[in-house]
Amino acid sequence: MRSLSGQRRRRRLPALAIALLLSSPAVGEERDSLTIGITQFPSTLNPNIDAMAAKSYVLGMALRPFTVYDADWQLVCLLCVTLPSIENGLAVPVDLADGKKGIDITYTIRPEANWGDGVPVTTQDVRFTYDVGRDPKSAVGNAELYRRITGIDVKDDKTFTLHVDKLTFDYAAINDFVLLPAHIERAAFADPAQYRVKTSYSTEPTNPGLYNGPYRISEVVAGSHVLLEPNPHWAGPPAHFRRITVRAIENTAALEANLLSGTIDMVAGELGLSLDEALAFEQRHGDGFRVIYQPGLVYEHIDLDLDRPALADRRVREALILGLDREAISKSLFAGRQKVADSFVNPLDAGYSADTPRYRYDPARAAVLLEAAGWQAQPGGIRRNAEGQILSFELMTTAGNRTRELVEQVLQSQWRKIGVDIRIKNEPARVLFGETVPHRRFDMAMYAWISAPEDVPRSILHSSEIPDQANGFAGQNAAGFKSPEMDRLIDALEIELDPMKRKTLWTEMQQLYAAELPSLPLFFRSDVFILPKWLSGVRPTGNQYPTTLWITDWAVQP
Amino acid sequence: MIRFTAIRLVEIAATVLIMSFLIYALIGLMPGDPIDLMRQADPRMSAADVARLKAVYGLDQPLLARYLAWLRQALAGDLGYSRLFAAPVWSALLPRLGNSLVLMGSSFILALALALGLGTAAARRPNSRLDAAINLFCFAGVSMPTFWLALVLILVFAAGLGWLPASGVATAGASGLGDRLSHLALPVATLTLASIGGYTRYVRAAMKEALAQDHVRTARAKGASEVRVILHHAMRSALIPVTTILALSFGGLVSGALVTETMFAYPGMGKLIFDAVMGNDYNLALAALLLATVTTMLANLAADLAYGWLDPRVSYR
Repeated sequence: MRSLSGQRRRRRLPALAIALLLSSPAVGEERDSLTIGITQFPSTLNPNIDAMAAKSYVLGMALRPFTVYDADWQLVCLLCVTLPSIENGLAVPVDLADGKKGIDITYTIRPEANWGDGVPVTTQDVRFTYDVGRDPKSAVGNAELYRRITGIDVKDDKTFTLHVDKLTFDYAAINDFVLLPAHIERAAFADPAQYRVKTSYSTEPTNPGLYNGPYRISEVVAGSHVLLEPNPHWAGPPAHFRRITVRAIENTAALEANLLSGTIDMVAGELGLSLDEALAFEQRHGDGFRVIYQPGLVYEHIDLDLDRPALADRRVREALILGLDREAISKSLFAGRQKVADSFVNPLDAGYSADTPRYRYDPARAAVLLEAAGWQAQPGGIRRNAEGQILSFELMTTAGNRTRELVEQVLQSQWRKIGVDIRIKNEPARVLFGETVPHRRFDMAMYAWISAPEDVPRSILHSSEIPDQANGFAGQNAAGFKSPEMDRLIDALEIELDPMKRKTLWTEMQQLYAAELPSLPLFFRSDVFILPKWLSGVRPTGNQYPTTLWITDWAVQP
Repeated sequence: MIRFTAIRLVEIAATVLIMSFLIYALIGLMPGDPIDLMRQADPRMSAADVARLKAVYGLDQPLLARYLAWLRQALAGDLGYSRLFAAPVWSALLPRLGNSLVLMGSSFILALALALGLGTAAARRPNSRLDAAINLFCFAGVSMPTFWLALVLILVFAAGLGWLPASGVATAGASGLGDRLSHLALPVATLTLASIGGYTRYVRAAMKEALAQDHVRTARAKGASEVRVILHHAMRSALIPVTTILALSFGGLVSGALVTETMFAYPGMGKLIFDAVMGNDYNLALAALLLATVTTMLANLAADLAYGWLDPRVSYR
């Protein structure tokens, strides 16, 4: 028996050796390609139609926005030469006819910037992109920036001035202004209503003239992969890979298996494994990869419907946060990799204030507060008020999100200890975000807000953003938080140019948020990057701008 | 037979019309619309942007008006534009349809061929050890969750042995037949293993019944060889119930296999239909689902016509 199995093993060895040789580059062979696994496939590649994380990820390698926030969360120029500021004279505040303040901002396009077909990037592209963004029929998603720009003065082929109708502290950030190549796209825009159908990013996505970044897209197989190759007309830092494949694998178990098989080299943090999956992966296979946990701007929290009588009482809200041991949840479920949030502002953000009150786990204090609010302890464990109503809430989150469902169960158990009954009712994401949250049909809804560095929380905390019939249920303030003080702080913050005064406003805002608790802060989600050990230069940003914008820093480790 | 076929074709057309309305209405009644989904991806999108985009995509119109507009367009031969794929519906559909036909067709033929062999072998010696082994294999195949089977195959043959690619339809930038076949191997194996058990059980039952029929006994008594008895006399009778099952399976050729496609990141019709429905891509979802409906109904018609060939006693009225 022993000799037979030995023979079999010997027969298998050459096959295994051949397989291993075929599946990985030979020793000494230079790596010139990279395959990245992500969990989503982009629809259109037009940068201004349909916001999608997968599209941003792919286009990060192929298109240069004018400005973005980098890994240090500083606003930087990518396509422009100098970031305009009032100090350097490129940004000039102006008085508008209606008595408000506006600003004129001058940018210069990098002289060496070219489209992939060799045509220079010029102010003609700026003018064309502006026309597309302003046209109400063009299907551009977020047109707020284009609405705020009232006009463009073109100085020459590379320099232009934007006239903006509102002076805000982040006036230089034109991150959403991603140029379209006028020499290709103008024909598709002949009928603006048909632009979304006729844009060359959809009809001929491999046209090199559509891209001005270090790489251009050379193959698109819908639902499968996008292949990128170096842009021969790129004049910036050199691209290190001859080809980069971005492969979409939606199932995360399959994504892991693909990584182990070598079909993909890395898993993108922006669209990859969830934290619990990554922790399990690292335990099993961490030795073979470099795993980076990057805390980011995705803020997990619980929105409370402040119009429900029990939740309208601030003492009840404080009792709820005191009844949660979030540190323990983070340690036990996320190995401490998911930082507990004290407010909606991330500690990495310039606006963060360390003076924000922190709610540590204190069930005794929670019980006192509930008693004071009229919710008395009962023999069965669940509290009741004088009218005999039980202290019970429905907690909702996105069905199928394993991490959130796990957290939900711990919350239910912890709140039960302070006499609060929680009924879990989860819904598919499209129902929760399409109907339930916008129509405010919940007691408690656990989900995440995505923001940007120093992102003023107008859409989530200003009273004018409470979703209702009048605004077509489009506001994001689903808790229904109404605070004249918060409204004032938001209005003031947006137009405050002095960084010190802004910092004070941010501090006041976080303190007000912590005091009022319109939502219960939980965690800041971490993105997990699983990288091959031979890859260097990947620097996760933690904000909404993908690591791929700095693809020229990525290289094979010597 | 011509009259029978004509009546059935009219019935199919009427069913497709009703189905188109039902599918459109059901997608329309689902919570949220494409613009709500866009807003999730970009929370800074303002109420004004939402209203503008709903008008651009025609979502501010009543459901019935939108359906009638789609129907007029479809009857003129234009199935519209897929928002999710940013392409005309046919351009989005055809590559996926091709991928699904290759994947599903290969596994269908393979599973059927193996099922005919295994089912016949089991039926020839009922209650024997061979029959028990085949039954065990069948039940194992039917019972195994497809996603689990897919994962095991990936871990063994892609991650462990490194013999086959774990996902996709081809290597990026490659176009060789060998590369396509190597990408097909694992998904085809998964689907074949998952479906072979059911088919084998049907074939076994039908063949067992056929082998007990008088004309088969007579053939044996007349000294016909066992191969001739099975292939010429028993198989023809056994194929009648099997044909019904196969006809019903035909819809699957164009509606794809969602779980297998997802696990192997294989761009086929199953994933396309799922994404189109979940992404409120009316045009694409309608076209794909109606294609599956028409295929299933035409396959059933073909099966009805095949009965006449397989069993001369069948007549069409």
